[in-house]
Amino acid sequence: MRIYVVVASVLMLFNCNNVRKETVASGKIGGLKSIDSEKASSIELEVYNFSEFEKFLTKRDDTIYVINFWATWCAPCVKELPHFEKLNNEYGNKNVKVILVSLDFPHLYESKLKPFIVSHKIKSKVVALDDPNMNSWIPKVDSKWSGSIPATVIYKNNTKKFFEQSFTYDTLENELKPFLN
Amino acid sequence: MKQIKNTIVAVAAVILLSAFSFVNTESNDGYEIGDVASDFELMNIDGDMVSLSDYREAKGFIITFTCNTCPYAVMYEDRIIELNNKYTPKGYPVIAIMPNNTLAKPGDSFEAMQKRAKSKGFTFPYLIDKEQTVYPKFGATRTPHIFVLQKTDKGNVVQYIGAIDDNYKDASAVKTKYVENAVDALLEGKEIEQKETKAIGCSIKS
Repeated sequence: MRIYVVVASVLMLFNCNNVRKETVASGKIGGLKSIDSEKASSIELEVYNFSEFEKFLTKRDDTIYVINFWATWCAPCVKELPHFEKLNNEYGNKNVKVILVSLDFPHLYESKLKPFIVSHKIKSKVVALDDPNMNSWIPKVDSKWSGSIPATVIYKNNTKKFFEQSFTYDTLENELKPFLN
Repeated sequence: MKQIKNTIVAVAAVILLSAFSFVNTESNDGYEIGDVASDFELMNIDGDMVSLSDYREAKGFIITFTCNTCPYAVMYEDRIIELNNKYTPKGYPVIAIMPNNTLAKPGDSFEAMQKRAKSKGFTFPYLIDKEQTVYPKFGATRTPHIFVLQKTDKGNVVQYIGAIDDNYKDASAVKTKYVENAVDALLEGKEIEQKETKAIGCSIKS
């Protein structure tokens, strides 16, 4: 187990280097085809304030929920999204559900968030959380959360783990595994 | 046997690397309310070095970790200018510190900081934490992230940590101005009601 932690740390170290590349690369997003923009405008985005959103953190239905807080403007978030997509794809039939909670600014839902969902072919459920009184709800997600993103909650019934960090696929899968038993 | 030796070397290297990695990622071990913040010497956008000890007349400081590239930080720029204009005459100037690794965030380079400060008309120093040694001491994790310090006989005591107010989107819809309330309380010699608040922000790039 300790080795896992060490290996994970090293992976994260390398991950940091990758983040730098990603910041440069993410500038390329934008040149959307007209078909994509049509698709984007047809997306019906679920937007919640925190009290409406809280139901996603309190389900007790034996499903393992992987709740990732992200935003299109957050480079490390965008970088790790494919890992959550892969997890959703590979464990979807094992009672695992990934929910991507966008903290994008409401005035950018149409111009940034929806086109992003289309161009990145996001398959996991995406919901938007719009609640500016952040000090009131951040501690309700987890008392340890300082407020930086990416942040992730994994829970099943009454068992919960919180992460204020970036993931590689392996580190994410490793954190999921204890919940599978 | 040689193979075992190699393995040991490899494992040692991994442990060593992970130790450094922890320094980078575990930034929550910073100051808590009541701690004395140590002074720093950081370069301002005009090339001068700035330290807290330069401010002989100050009663304290509104230390603001911020940057050019975080949308939340940008949304608060005007409010940070207002804070400085309101509280510098009262003895609590704003000192802004840009904590990001500029290789990871070229938009936060020293030149970009100079440009941004000029175009927004920053009225406060905008310092670069070039070696990235100051923000971990504070325990800053995101931008914007505010630390209100009060000058005492013991040193600069941390009195407030957190957000500027309770509505990032709309300054006119703000109900509670956390930083203003904290500084006002210090000026009046009262207890600060909310000493710590949380807000979503951009993680600091190490």
